[in-house]
Amino acid sequence: MKMKVLVTPKAAVLDPQGAAVRDAMQHLGMPEVRSVRIGKFLEIEIEDNAPDWETRFNGLCRDLLSNPVIEDYQVQGMEKAK
Amino acid sequence: MKFAIIQFPGSNCDQDCLAALNGISGLQAEYVWHKKTSVDGFDAIVLPGGFSYGDYLRCGAIARFSPIMPSVVEEARQGTLVIGICNGFQILCEIGLLPGALVRNRSLHFVCEMVTTRVEVADSAFTHGCVQGALLRLPLAHGEGCFFADDATLRELNERRQIILRYATADGRVDASANPNGSLENVAGICNREGNVFGLMPHPDRAREMRLGSADGLRIFESMIKSIESSRAQAA
Repeated sequence: MKMKVLVTPKAAVLDPQGAAVRDAMQHLGMPEVRSVRIGKFLEIEIEDNAPDWETRFNGLCRDLLSNPVIEDYQVQGMEKAK
Repeated sequence: MKFAIIQFPGSNCDQDCLAALNGISGLQAEYVWHKKTSVDGFDAIVLPGGFSYGDYLRCGAIARFSPIMPSVVEEARQGTLVIGICNGFQILCEIGLLPGALVRNRSLHFVCEMVTTRVEVADSAFTHGCVQGALLRLPLAHGEGCFFADDATLRELNERRQIILRYATADGRVDASANPNGSLENVAGICNREGNVFGLMPHPDRAREMRLGSADGLRIFESMIKSIESSRAQAA
């Protein structure tokens, strides 16, 4: 199984990287850009034999892959590994 | 009196901490490798600065799952003094011993400079050798030291007097010009509700003698020693 996890900074958290990229895009011919937020995208391949893997996976999304004080995460989609 | 310095892969201020602590008479500091599962038998625990696990994922995110950490949490619950410096502060936030989080500096720059911090709470276990409003000159070196907490947490930190140090100007004003990293309310160091776990971004370990530009860091370690001595005297 291939899982995709998207980790994004919470709205209240300052994202200076996103602000710098927004400014660059505005200067480079895209004045329409209103805001940019930068997060992380993780692609994770998993052997999905054990019946409880999803429970453990979701636990680690919450405890390791993201920090709930500053980030939200979504498990974006999954596909069967080829 | 014995202090433990936890060494993670990527710690790089472990030796600074050892030198600072072993330079204090009557104090003995030793390293404890992060793969050990017990940090029992020490009077205080130091989580040093550095880049544990290369700062991968988030600073401190992987170190907080090190085998030693359950024992650190247990010792903290029992009242042992725990100090996290720089990366150690980040680890304490990641594991939830301290509220909030440290995120990328607002400037996006790695800051490496001597700063002034103001002692906001002078009766804490880590600062009671100082007077209220005392100014400590301490060096900083970090890329992710911008303290963040939601409004409710920040209010609680203020109400419960858990904000121990704030960045200040050389004459002691806490304002935006003195804020090196964008931390909310110029927070430089906080403690937990119980007052025995302290995290700070500046390095007291690197301010241990005037040759290094400041000896103010010793006041934090000496406060810890006094706290331990007085709690021992109470227990006896």
